[in-house]
Amino acid sequence: MAYSKKVVDKFENTLNNPEAFKVGRFDPKDENVGTGMVGAPACGDVMKLQIKCEPKGNTHVIKDVKFKTYGCGSAIASSSELVEMLIGKTLEEAKAIKNIEIVEALELPPIKIHCSVLAEDSIKQAIEDYEAKQ
Amino acid sequence: MSTQSTIYLDYASTTPVDPTVASKMMEFLTPDGEFGNPASRSHRFGWKADEAVEEARSHVANLVNCDPREIVWTSGATEADNLAIKGVARFYKSKGNHIITSKIEHKAVLDPCRQLEREGFEVTYLDPDEKGIISASAVQDAIKDTTVLVSIMHVNNELGTVNDIAKIGEITRKNGSFFHVDAAQSTGKVEIDLDKMSIDLMSFSAHKTYGPKGIGALYVRRKPRVRLEALIHGGGHERGMRSGTLATHQIVGMGEAFRIAKEEMKKDSLKISKIHEKFLEKVKEIDHVYINGDLKNKVPNILNVSFNFVEGESLIMGLKDIAVSSGSACTSASLEPSYVLRALGRKDELAHSSIRFSFGRFTSDDDVTNTLDILGNVVHRLRELSPLWEMHLDGIDLDKVEWNMH
Repeated sequence: MAYSKKVVDKFENTLNNPEAFKVGRFDPKDENVGTGMVGAPACGDVMKLQIKCEPKGNTHVIKDVKFKTYGCGSAIASSSELVEMLIGKTLEEAKAIKNIEIVEALELPPIKIHCSVLAEDSIKQAIEDYEAKQ
Repeated sequence: MSTQSTIYLDYASTTPVDPTVASKMMEFLTPDGEFGNPASRSHRFGWKADEAVEEARSHVANLVNCDPREIVWTSGATEADNLAIKGVARFYKSKGNHIITSKIEHKAVLDPCRQLEREGFEVTYLDPDEKGIISASAVQDAIKDTTVLVSIMHVNNELGTVNDIAKIGEITRKNGSFFHVDAAQSTGKVEIDLDKMSIDLMSFSAHKTYGPKGIGALYVRRKPRVRLEALIHGGGHERGMRSGTLATHQIVGMGEAFRIAKEEMKKDSLKISKIHEKFLEKVKEIDHVYINGDLKNKVPNILNVSFNFVEGESLIMGLKDIAVSSGSACTSASLEPSYVLRALGRKDELAHSSIRFSFGRFTSDDDVTNTLDILGNVVHRLRELSPLWEMHLDGIDLDKVEWNMH
């Protein structure tokens, strides 16, 4: 698998410095936290994304994010890339993030596009979970 | 993956050419060497090349105890497998249309079998047991009057498991079926005595045994005689079974590699068994590792391990200074995890998390020590990143989770 330098760097940085790259977890019961988990071990990738939000005006803003990912190098790099995009965004802005932005940012090869789709789905689910709690 | 690998633990994929072999090959290329065409009967250039080819043929025959006249040069084990399977099936198709092979064969055996299915043959794909062994009784149960060919590998390339080809040969001989064995992974690792065993065809590769890539051989038994339909026509080389000018330097390389293999087999085995023992002992200290294959019945140069809760490709990326292979889907173009591990009935997630370590003649103690250090560390860090590991630590049974399938 020929990965771009961006995927390799993102993967290695996340692995070597997990805290700085937002690896971890929030209490899923916290009402300010939304959790999304997509994928299946049998398919080779599972992504868990948590957002911590606070109300701002008539919307909510993502203040912090935590994630954990089981999967190939590009799945881990894709989640890490997504996490960076999320902080400071309103929920509306976060919902508008498309997998293609991750594909482009990391120069993912075609066979790895599903990793970015998984990332997009994880944020949608996390937002749904958060909104259900409000 | 653009990694600068410093430690090579992928000998089952290919081996470096032994320097002795490489220098011998050099003698058969340049104007000051023996560059002649072995098929040239009219001058000494041809005679000298032919002599070298025949000497190499005896070295190959000598390693597996057969007659040199039973060795046919091919471009590698893939061609040898193709020639044996398609060649015999097509030649004897009036005798029967049934073929038996196994689900854990190399693609070089499975794909020719698929092709024969398209040509009207019926193929039975045997299941291995949960350790990865194809039992003689499975062959016995599947064999029938119309079985023209049975093809079972000697040593499995992913697991290192060793099949009892002597016993399977007894069954096929009794039934009057031809028996082909893919021995690409076993030369120089396991004793092979074709004189004692009822094997009709056997495929060999040079580059898994410290020879060059692009050369292999097929053993074709003379007594009782095995005939086959050639795949490549043009000139009638190799008694019509494989036309094309013989690649003298490649053949000499394979011969020299197999000569050394015979000489060094005991020494190599002893050294690699020690490495295997040390590796196994240390790798078992990591939590939730599973050894794939049969520890009691496998070659020590291959060790296949699943690291639960970690995906194989990410592990390979984490082990960037170590060259290994994975059964993970993500390292292949197909997105399917290893068909070999799946055939054992392993859960898909364990197939996804498998790594094949393979050791060889040039593996040092330091290579092993350093790999084990890095391995423990990377597995730990990837688990810190893994939601599955977190769930496992929380006491959640992953088999009972309803996954949001993608």
